[in-house]
Amino acid sequence: MAWTRKDLLTMRELDAAEILTLVDTAASLQEIASREIKKVPALRGKTIVNLFYESSTRTRTSFEIAGKWLSADVVNFSISGSSAAKGESFVDTARNIAAMSPDVVVVRHSSAGAATLLARELPCSVVNAGDGAHEHPTQALLDLLTIREKKGHFEGLGVAIVGDIAHSRVARSNIHGMRKLGMTVTVAGPPTLIPPFVQELGCKVAYRLEDAIRDVDVIMMLRLQNERMAGDLIPSLREYARYWGLSLDKLHAHARPDVVIMHPGPVNRGVELSPEVADGPYSVILDQVSRGVAVRMGVLLLLAGSKSAEAA
Amino acid sequence: MSLLIRNGRVVDPATSVDAVQDVLIADGVIERTGPRLAAPPGTEVLDATGRVVCPGFIDMHVHLREPGHEYKETIASGTRAAAAGGFTAVCCMANTNPVNDNGAVTDYIRAKARVEGVVRVYPIGAVTRGLRGEVLAELAELAEAGCVAFSDDGRCVMDAALYRRAMEYTLPFGAPVISHAEDHTLSRDAAMHEGVVSTELGLPGEPAAAEEVMVARDILLAELTGARVHIAHISTAGAVRLVRDAKARGVRVSAEVTPHHLLLTEDAVRTFDPNTKMKPPLRTKRDVEALLEALADGTIDCVATDHAPHATSEKEGEYDRAANGILGLETAVPLLLDRLVRPGRLPLPTLVARLSRDPARLLGLPGGSLAPGSPADVTILDLEASVTVDPRRFRSRSRNTPFGGWTLHGGPWRTVVGGAVLAP
Amino acid sequence: MSSKPRPRLREKAQVLDDVALDRALTRIAHEILEKNAGSSGLAFVGLRTRGVTLAQRLAARIGRIDGATLPVGTLDITLYRDDLDMRGAPVIRGTDIPFSIKDKTVVLVDDVLFTGRTVRAALDALIDLGRPRMIQLAILVDRGHREVPIRPDFVGKNLPTSRRESVAVRLREHDGEDQVVIQEPEEA
Repeated sequence: MAWTRKDLLTMRELDAAEILTLVDTAASLQEIASREIKKVPALRGKTIVNLFYESSTRTRTSFEIAGKWLSADVVNFSISGSSAAKGESFVDTARNIAAMSPDVVVVRHSSAGAATLLARELPCSVVNAGDGAHEHPTQALLDLLTIREKKGHFEGLGVAIVGDIAHSRVARSNIHGMRKLGMTVTVAGPPTLIPPFVQELGCKVAYRLEDAIRDVDVIMMLRLQNERMAGDLIPSLREYARYWGLSLDKLHAHARPDVVIMHPGPVNRGVELSPEVADGPYSVILDQVSRGVAVRMGVLLLLAGSKSAEAA
Repeated sequence: MSLLIRNGRVVDPATSVDAVQDVLIADGVIERTGPRLAAPPGTEVLDATGRVVCPGFIDMHVHLREPGHEYKETIASGTRAAAAGGFTAVCCMANTNPVNDNGAVTDYIRAKARVEGVVRVYPIGAVTRGLRGEVLAELAELAEAGCVAFSDDGRCVMDAALYRRAMEYTLPFGAPVISHAEDHTLSRDAAMHEGVVSTELGLPGEPAAAEEVMVARDILLAELTGARVHIAHISTAGAVRLVRDAKARGVRVSAEVTPHHLLLTEDAVRTFDPNTKMKPPLRTKRDVEALLEALADGTIDCVATDHAPHATSEKEGEYDRAANGILGLETAVPLLLDRLVRPGRLPLPTLVARLSRDPARLLGLPGGSLAPGSPADVTILDLEASVTVDPRRFRSRSRNTPFGGWTLHGGPWRTVVGGAVLAP
Repeated sequence: MSSKPRPRLREKAQVLDDVALDRALTRIAHEILEKNAGSSGLAFVGLRTRGVTLAQRLAARIGRIDGATLPVGTLDITLYRDDLDMRGAPVIRGTDIPFSIKDKTVVLVDDVLFTGRTVRAALDALIDLGRPRMIQLAILVDRGHREVPIRPDFVGKNLPTSRRESVAVRLREHDGEDQVVIQEPEEA
């Protein structure tokens, strides 16, 4: 189906057909990574600005490579050491960037809604690369692409998402995407890290890892941020790792033998995943990373890939 | 100087009048009301045919921002906004800079209001010095300087022992303490109501319990001390229930509600417009229903806008970093007339009471009535006038409202303060 | 790819039937072998769906004549189009050339040659994928109206057409029959 949106902000607003368009487009672009000359001219002459307020080498680099492989000009605004560090407001920065007429702005920010705000302010396309705990649509898309490659289909699959759901934009985006494609999602973690009314998003809830990972096709483990320790949310990393960390023993005892383990990265080995699981045969974590470039190429192409001002 | 307001529908709950009558004003005071009054020669006549004539509305929760934050609002601009919104008197909160925690600041505010204000201004003094919640402000001096109530509004006095002492100390003054009920430990980092929407948006939220915990505490402290406590900007069904039960027990508790809590819910936050961000946050439909029911039956005593001007730069940008609060003076009356009175959800005389008789009674203010001898403060409404809210045309210095673009039927027509008809 | 609503087309005439199409392909296969003095170093790359099928048939035919098994790849030129419009929902079927084209003689195969822009894009794509020794162009139907200087090396049929007409190539594997027809827009 035709892609008609100016921006990619959330998975929540997309319907299943749009999600499949994004996933299928990404799939068809994967072969570019195996070419000797990794370039197609589709976005030649387009300018893409990466506006990253949170430091993130991985995602930013992924978007940068994606843009460059499509022949676009990619500019990185990383905020430390720039005018924002001197106190320029987000809105002023947005207006200054708009004045330079980019075709796409890819934004990552620690505040929920930052991408939505930018999309309202800017006439160009905006891609949400993560806004606070709200959404991270390209992560969900690459997760979906990876799942389809490993399992062959979406409908009817069971997924467990384990960890700090309350603060996770990856969890939110994936819940929306998976639900729309006919998958069953269960979120699990200590109750203090499960947000209230999360079932309203269309998932089930479990409080014990063992209950969540039984009988699912995919286990997605989330990163536990160190900042959580400072709060009153969990008593210690040790307790978290012991009861909600995934070890090989727990995998063998409770999960299906054909299960795949996913993680948005970077992995805290020994906390949410033991090293044997992170680097073991069930893990598809590295596959996720390589799908990321294809997904981001697909997104940039669908948003900016039009040579004429109007269709001929 | 006399003024005859002729032929309007006079709605005066304080005297149980709802009839077409004339109102005769002389020397800044209501002389009498009645049908077809004779006007002495030289009387200015204001033809109020087809309009509704009410006692001047009083907004008992307003932030005038002066001294210290004049870039957001001043006594001059804020009182003009009040007059434009149909209010003849406002009570201004103490979270200025410097804080109104001593007589000198109260004197400053009252002097400024006398010279530059166009409606009556009644200052509310701080409960604690600097609003820091550590030691009591000089409450007796504040009362003597003219403060009509005490509140740390903007902050909750978290120390229960200290708040108890404040209630005891102010008991003889006859002025209530006004509680900003928010347990700051439960609401830490919150940007909205904790519920379905905050979970979906990934914004940190504060549960209804953050407010209810303190409402319960303040009711119990009022019970302990015998003091009068007034709950500012009540917003949850649970808080309403606590107030209703306490009143039934005879506790001297009262409550106010803002127009925005009666009309908007947490769903408004989905746009991430910072003009939907305030304390307490917008709650759920269930809470809105409970608030409306309580306003109708008197469990909630009055409407107060919590008019909170902020510069545009403070109310655009990232939601979680935006300042809390929205304007209220220039939108309250049209909103309530259009969305509550017109569809029959609240009778007009009840609304008039909640905006005049009841706030006056709570704070012991002159006014709130058109009985002879009352100050000649009159709010005249036009129930038919249609307006589309345009923040650029506000008298306020600020523009932070979520109601821009709303088309509303009904609103203030003329505001009369001390017998002088204020320019619209 | 236009997002204007497509006009309804009616068939005007059949240009090639299944027998004629088959003969044309056989002749092209022989011409390829003749021009290249045999099949050594040859590879086929087909464009879009039907170009790929034609390439497969040509490779099979040369295999029967010459005994060689020649590689066949698929080229999707969507990302190289000079009129790319992603909003028109072009389907990117993907490029799959599972062999090196370096130093090979690549025979590019398509069903209809019209403005030549598709072939121009295909040349850019091929060159990005490697450095062939030579690129030759095999076309089933050349309907004229070139807008860029592209000329085919091997042609099944030269077919003068007017701009408003279209040429439809139907192949057994896709459409159930082998046939080439001219279509024109129905009068309103």
